[in-house]
Amino acid sequence: MKKILLCGVGGQGTILAANILAEAALASGQEVKVSEIHGMAQRGGAVSTMIAVGHDVASMVIGEGEADIVIAFDKLEALRALPSLKRSGTLIVNDELIKPASVLTGKAQLPDDVDGLLFQADALVVPAEATAREAGSPKSANVVLLGAAADVLGLSAEMLQEAVRSCVPPKTVEANERAFQAGRRFAEEQGRDVR
Amino acid sequence: MKDMMLLSGNEAVARAAADAGATVGTGYPGTPSTETLEAFAREEGVYAEWCTNEKVALEVALGASAGGARTLCTMKHVGVNVAADPLFTAAYTGVGGGLVILAADDPGMHSSQNEQDSHWYAQAAHVLMLDPADSQEAHDLAREAFSLSERFDVPVMVRSTVRIAHTKTPVQVQDAAARPDARPYEKDASKWVMMPAFAKGRRVEQLSRVEEMRAWADSAEAPNRIILGDARIGVVCAGAAFQHVREALPDASILKLGVTCPLPAETVRSFADGVDELYVVEEASTYLADAVCAAGVQVSQPVNGLPKAGELSPNLIRHAFGRPVPEGSAPVEGLPARPPALCPGCPHRVVFKELSRQKAIICGDIGCYTLGALPPLSAMDACVDMGASVSMAHGFELALGADDGRPVVGVIGDSTFAHSGLSSLISTVYNAGAGTICILDNRTTAMTGRQGNPFNGQQIQGRAGVELDLERVVSAIGVEHVRTVDPNDVEAVRAAVREAVREKDRLDVLIFKSPCVLLERKVQRPYYVASCTGCGVCLTLGCPAIGKYPDTGLSYIDPQMCIGCGQCEQYCRFNAIVR
Ligand SMILES: Cc1ncc(C[n+]2csc(CCOP(=O)(O)OP(=O)(O)O)c2C)c(N)n1
Repeated sequence: MKKILLCGVGGQGTILAANILAEAALASGQEVKVSEIHGMAQRGGAVSTMIAVGHDVASMVIGEGEADIVIAFDKLEALRALPSLKRSGTLIVNDELIKPASVLTGKAQLPDDVDGLLFQADALVVPAEATAREAGSPKSANVVLLGAAADVLGLSAEMLQEAVRSCVPPKTVEANERAFQAGRRFAEEQGRDVR
Repeated sequence: MKDMMLLSGNEAVARAAADAGATVGTGYPGTPSTETLEAFAREEGVYAEWCTNEKVALEVALGASAGGARTLCTMKHVGVNVAADPLFTAAYTGVGGGLVILAADDPGMHSSQNEQDSHWYAQAAHVLMLDPADSQEAHDLAREAFSLSERFDVPVMVRSTVRIAHTKTPVQVQDAAARPDARPYEKDASKWVMMPAFAKGRRVEQLSRVEEMRAWADSAEAPNRIILGDARIGVVCAGAAFQHVREALPDASILKLGVTCPLPAETVRSFADGVDELYVVEEASTYLADAVCAAGVQVSQPVNGLPKAGELSPNLIRHAFGRPVPEGSAPVEGLPARPPALCPGCPHRVVFKELSRQKAIICGDIGCYTLGALPPLSAMDACVDMGASVSMAHGFELALGADDGRPVVGVIGDSTFAHSGLSSLISTVYNAGAGTICILDNRTTAMTGRQGNPFNGQQIQGRAGVELDLERVVSAIGVEHVRTVDPNDVEAVRAAVREAVREKDRLDVLIFKSPCVLLERKVQRPYYVASCTGCGVCLTLGCPAIGKYPDTGLSYIDPQMCIGCGQCEQYCRFNAIVR
């Protein structure tokens, strides 16, 4: 069984990404559970979706040290999720940081060296928005990130791609396929498909 | 056989209800229950409606059931408090068509003001309660619940929690059952008129029915399951806790209950006989443990004890039982939190800003506007339950009296006003109360996903409902000083609030009417900051689009987030905010 944590900020498309993953898992005959905490999602709060895939899936909750993979749509949320990541887990991070209100108004500060902390955590930082734009699908940063994670998810790339096709709006299928491939290529070029 | 579908627990209950032939669905929105009625409303050949509150929803449902229809009624755990009055007596009358109540609990309080366990209600009201542990079970148990309700002549509660309601798992749906014919209604005052003479008879029947339910709960038909493992550790659990236990203690013997009220006591006793130590694992409650003890079974405590509050997880159970707990990386200290905030352009914002300028004591209520309690607005003194803003404000008035300089204000949303603020306001008027009540009429029930309500007239299945005129309703109650104000017009809000709080001896109702920004998504040209002096007033609005450069201390507006509402422009004394 694999546990995958998707985290980000409301409105970043974590739910679509989770649906794609779940669809692919189901199509490949695996059990899957997708647990969302929403309600405040549209109000700029932190959101997370927990996914358990494999055989004999039990709990839908991911606690400390339990995530095989963390896909963070935001660098601050990536740092917040670090305790969830297994020691041998994979951390994939969107190269974006949406500042929380307290930081915008000078009431709180970000850590001095966000990128350094992510480097120490062995994160694969993906320029997902730029990659999505290049692929002609600026809104598909979430699909780029999935592509970057494709090789560690334990699901075949074909199944994932098929799931992308069936989950995104019909008009955007091709652009999203390109975004997925671009994400995959990025991870391969970084030599990060080993685990 | 139909395909596997990936459904949330809520969707699975809705689907099961429709397949079981339910034709009527009622409810009041509330996380994590809301999507159930929304999904039910999309089914073919069913009627669904949002009611003004859970009590009304259950009464409408009971009427439909009495009239012969299989009926689904949905609410969150705190909604069960509101519906408790009809619930207790519906357990006397029993049902006509099967009546199933979905009660969705929120251990861990992801989006609720408290965490409470609906099991206690089932026990106190003597109704049957089923506890699904995933969407397949939610589907199967909810479907079965309709027949059980008719068989035992009792409302059946399906108890879900946030991790069941909002977790999607594969479901094998079945073909719809041939819809049972609606049971013909025949007048039977001894069953339906609960005056003492008849209620005494029904009370006796109720208790004998409980014995029948007990016998069923212990029968092979009941959805309880034993997973035999190591006989040294036996765990009794249900719902999401079962999934956590299965993962944390893979070797344990488990009695997984599908029916939790009445407790299948015989099943528990015989399970207990086969294990050395018996543990009960449940979330934020002692319902199960107490019931197991009452069945005469000794309950052991795991070495480190289980948490008494909050949501469970496999790690918490591992820790409780002294098992190794996986370690993650050390948390990065001091990370700024990311709490939710009122959206850019939210019509609630200016009202809170102006109230805080008046140094008012503000009794808040439940909705998006509860976020007005957070800094920088920090404009709330209390928030307890739906409707309490109006009644607590009246209480504050009584305690503080005329000598205290601080004005007392209640702030309530349109849906919450319809839910229970209305009866609070009637009480205040009747008792000649004073103070100021602000009704934030954003034309929707925003917090739970923009459902319809009586003050926008929108119904759940798209039929045209009747839109009530809020100002006329308030006037009709007998409030003399009632005004409707545009909450995006700072001058108007300020003038209205000033006047209302100055008149300390009278009751004022101010209706702030402007649609939720998520409703219309009208994005206008964004503003920008041209010549900032760094006074910081715009930052006190708590708009997510406004920030401050750390080096210069001057403000800026994020053009991606700004929707051009113009609230901040009205606050800038230096006319530095322009577009
Ligand atoms: C008894 C009860 N039922 C349901 C809820 C769930 N709930 C929380 S806020 C809310 C709606 C608030 O709508 P409104 O008053 O219009 O305020 P808005 O969110 O639109 O600002 C509901 C239904 C609750 N907390 N308590």
